[in-house]
Amino acid sequence: MLDYVWLIPFFPMLGFLINGLYSRWIHASKKFVSWVACSALGLSFLSSALVFISMLKISPEHLPYQVNIFDWIVAGNLKTVVGYQVDALSMVMALVVSGVSFVIHIYSVGYMHEDPDFTRYFTYLNLFVFMMLTLVLANNFLLMFVGWEGVGLCSYLLIGFWFEKDSASNAGKKAFVVNRIGDFGFLLGMFLIFVHFGTFDFTEVFSKAPHTINTALATAITILLFIGATGKSAQLPLYVWLPDAMEGPTPVSSLIHAATMVTAGVYMIARCNVLFSMAPITMGIVATVGALTAIYAASMGFFQFDIKRVLAYSTISQLGYMFLAVGVGAYSAGIFHLMTHAFFKGLLFLGAGSIMHALSGELDMRKMGGLRKKVPITFYTFFAATLAISGCPFFSGFFSKDEILWQAFSSPHGHFLLWLIGVVAAGMTAFYMFRLVFNVFFGECRAEEEVKKHIHESPPIMTIPLIILAILSVIGGYVGVPHALGGSNRFHKFLEPVVGPGPGSAVEHAKINLNSMAYAAEHGTHAAHSASLEYILMLISIICAAIGVWIAYYYYIKHYPEKPKEMVEKFKGMYTTIQNKYYVDEIYGYLFVNGTKNLAKSLWIEFDVKVIDRTANLIAEFFRWSGSVIRVIQTGLLQDYALAILIGGVAVLYYFLK
Amino acid sequence: MVEAGFPILTLVTFFPLIGVIILLFINKEKDELIKRVAFSVSLVEFIISLPLFFGFNETTSKMQFVEKASWIKQYGISYFVGIDGISLFLVLLTTFLTVLCILSSWSAIKEHIKEYMISMLLLETGMLGAFVALDLVLFYIFWEVMLIPMYLLIGVWGGPRRVYAAIKFFLYTMAGSVLMLAAILVLYFITGAKTFNLLELYKATLPMGLQYWLFAAFAVAFAIKVPMFPFHTWLPDAHVEAPTAGSVILAGVLLKMGTYGFIRFAIPLFPAAALKLTPIVAILALVGIIYGALVSMMQIDLKKLVAFSSVSHLGYVMLGMFAFNMQGVEGSIYQMLNHGISTGALFLIVGMIYERRHTRLIADFGGLSRVMPIFATFFMIVTLSSIALPGTNGFVGEFLILTGAFKAKKVFGVLGATGVILGAAYMLWMFQRVMFGAITHEENRKLKDLNLREIFTLVPIIIFIILMGVYPKLFFKKMEVSVHNFIEQVKTKSAITYNMQNQDQKNNLKALLTSDKNSFSD
Repeated sequence: MLDYVWLIPFFPMLGFLINGLYSRWIHASKKFVSWVACSALGLSFLSSALVFISMLKISPEHLPYQVNIFDWIVAGNLKTVVGYQVDALSMVMALVVSGVSFVIHIYSVGYMHEDPDFTRYFTYLNLFVFMMLTLVLANNFLLMFVGWEGVGLCSYLLIGFWFEKDSASNAGKKAFVVNRIGDFGFLLGMFLIFVHFGTFDFTEVFSKAPHTINTALATAITILLFIGATGKSAQLPLYVWLPDAMEGPTPVSSLIHAATMVTAGVYMIARCNVLFSMAPITMGIVATVGALTAIYAASMGFFQFDIKRVLAYSTISQLGYMFLAVGVGAYSAGIFHLMTHAFFKGLLFLGAGSIMHALSGELDMRKMGGLRKKVPITFYTFFAATLAISGCPFFSGFFSKDEILWQAFSSPHGHFLLWLIGVVAAGMTAFYMFRLVFNVFFGECRAEEEVKKHIHESPPIMTIPLIILAILSVIGGYVGVPHALGGSNRFHKFLEPVVGPGPGSAVEHAKINLNSMAYAAEHGTHAAHSASLEYILMLISIICAAIGVWIAYYYYIKHYPEKPKEMVEKFKGMYTTIQNKYYVDEIYGYLFVNGTKNLAKSLWIEFDVKVIDRTANLIAEFFRWSGSVIRVIQTGLLQDYALAILIGGVAVLYYFLK
Repeated sequence: MVEAGFPILTLVTFFPLIGVIILLFINKEKDELIKRVAFSVSLVEFIISLPLFFGFNETTSKMQFVEKASWIKQYGISYFVGIDGISLFLVLLTTFLTVLCILSSWSAIKEHIKEYMISMLLLETGMLGAFVALDLVLFYIFWEVMLIPMYLLIGVWGGPRRVYAAIKFFLYTMAGSVLMLAAILVLYFITGAKTFNLLELYKATLPMGLQYWLFAAFAVAFAIKVPMFPFHTWLPDAHVEAPTAGSVILAGVLLKMGTYGFIRFAIPLFPAAALKLTPIVAILALVGIIYGALVSMMQIDLKKLVAFSSVSHLGYVMLGMFAFNMQGVEGSIYQMLNHGISTGALFLIVGMIYERRHTRLIADFGGLSRVMPIFATFFMIVTLSSIALPGTNGFVGEFLILTGAFKAKKVFGVLGATGVILGAAYMLWMFQRVMFGAITHEENRKLKDLNLREIFTLVPIIIFIILMGVYPKLFFKKMEVSVHNFIEQVKTKSAITYNMQNQDQKNNLKALLTSDKNSFSD
């Protein structure tokens, strides 16, 4: 079955072609379109599962298993192939992507039912999944880049899906251009890789890396690649496109802007762990950017009223956690959180979509409230996801987030401050999520009368996906229960062949603390120490989250609405600054967008027209003028020429006879 | 040289003239018949050019399908044609685009249809001749022959400022041509080979000083045609005024005359000078990439926007060519084809909405996606190809060029890559303003989507955009050996020149020393 790994991206591609060419041409029925799109994803997920099972049967030495399909760009010593690879990391990603996509496709059938552009929607969605699977299954940098830009394209198309709205088409364009800024870095990183390795092949690059490049070069390459990741995964300073991306249909926000595409940067770093581990400076940058993004974006979620925007900032913040993880060398923890996040954040967005469905498209939480009874399935599933993201013990997010925090603290690449920021951000996460839940589902219903009459639970085609994701959000963490809690962290072990043993392991400690060889020997006692430490840290983060929940309860249930108002009055400056997203969009707009436009304008009007073109015209004028001067003597009259000859003759004579 | 058993290049080059002769005998009034004849001729022409691709021997860098006949013996001028893996694709691009151009003129041209079609076919012969000629005089003749029908296309069937634009186009090109002619004559007399045979002239090794002058003369002629910054200002005017098909041919093929001129004449004839002057050319190319992109961002006229984007795209072609490595040069040639296809398509697309609305101002559109969904799909794909999205032809070209440039000199690659960001910005902004948003002009609400003829004009382009993006090997394997040979020739020949120069200096030094010794011994 391993040889058929190409089937995983092939089915979505096929679905894209059928719906894009055939269904659009004949104006096929919605039923046909949704069957094509969903079965493409179903088959893709099935293939992933089958490939996954066959992979488990062969020993890790034979991995990654390569399947090259055809030669792509071949020029001189540059040889690239369209080829896929099977290993633990690519399979985890393929399963998550195809699985979550499948569920969201089904949900979309219900959600988009009324939309006249139903076919276009599913065409784009299938194309997206194809690109995303290409990204995670590619066996070389260039093909990964195809997926990387391809998902960016689909994101552009789907954010601007309702293109008649200016805000939507602006958001799409913004997403694409900001991503291109990141891709600029990614491209340069690839050029450096090619110049020094002569290949783009993952296996070859990673095996050659230790004896081909030095630390400086590894740092340069990884920083450039990381710039690409900040664009795609919406990290500081390139995160600005993601909040605007909420203009797209809600299932798109769920699939692309929460569960899959935005995590591509994390995947890329995990994939290139060999290179990143060679560059401690880059690791520090990645971890710092991740931690700062986590807390910065969480703060922006505080006072938003648009439920999708809250979730968007939350996504940015959670992605920050993942970068924090990979930045401290805990690659498997990053991927673990990527997976659980895909479940609970995907679910939160789908839940938001279900709320919008119930409230005729309303997004403002000030016009919601008390929905708990009216949309029970949505409420319970949403609540489960909220518990997961807030780090409620024994929900999926608890395991993954705590592993990240523990690694941020204990890893040789980690730091107390990184951990502290992470813990505070965790408390903030609990606050804004519960603020959202309390505002939407509890208290009095504040919707308009007209809307109130129509509040209803979504149809099963939408609620079943909610339930599936809710189950995963609850139990999804049990594949990675840490040793401290009596688990064996199977997820970590599973990924070990690809991402290495991780910073917590004895081998890694020995490598880093070469001068204290005793470290490895004393590892036994060390483990015991760290277990108790791990409990304490765990407890702190749980308390932090609990405080966040309590504050949300105090303000939004107990003393609603007078306390929040009071607070707003009290901290007006801070409140408006945060509400306006720290004015970053305005600053960027002024500096970069207007700066470029003004430069372009002056180049065009002042330089191109007034200098270059005028010079050319002046030259032409000169010839015309000199022609007109010379023309004066070309009278065509014989006597004039005779006179000229006479004068000339006299002059010559005078010269010689003088 | 691989001689042709059958004079296929002559047939391909002059077949359009048969069409011209047929058209001469058709009554002016019979519009439909004239169009059909012209279309059939161009289609047959495309079909008979295909054996060049399939019969092409990819294992040799030698000229193929060669025909040679003495023409003016006493001056060493001959009718000498042939193609290698570089010109092959430009010939095919020409025959391909001409078909689409004639198809796109069906309803756009309403006056003097007969003369128009005759001009198109004459132009085709001129372009093909220039791409296959291996004799400098023959090349020069075709180079000039192209100029006249193009001048007429702009001057007769163009927009309101057509005469200004046509004369500007003509004078700019002529200014370059004169320099080139002078350089050709110098080459003829100086080398003493008394031949205009290009392959013979390749063998000559000229002294460094002369190489600089002659390279400069050729380079200016070709740089105007490309056009490279700062010789580009004729291009926006010519494009804006030219009819759609004129713009397609102008952007698609005529601009490639400039880049082709560099790769076939200026560089291999004067390799040492070309290598030495690489930084200047590369910097101008980079300025072109960034400057063209910035200026096109601010355009309010669609055609001008596309025209300036050409300046940017051809900057890439020049950058890749002067990287002098496999990635750069192959990317450069690929990008010539990409630009021909994608920018040609953009002009076709602009022409299609111009025909409906008689305006090209971006501000007059908006929201067209809703009323013209098929058009929107085509436009989107072409836009993506233009911004080099992976999976389209544009990516393969740009990626190789930037890789090559980076390999040759890192900072050039880095600067060139900024065009990737700017390109996305100006193209997507344009697309948004034309296609997205609500419909603000009532006239746009009634626009008809593409008809079958228009769809058939664009489908072949889309096929090539995808094919060249997904399976470029099909094309690269035909050009690889020729490009390799080109680079080798440039490197070895310029090494010989440098050695000669050093030898001269050493000899001079030796002479100086010995004379000194002599004087001392006295």
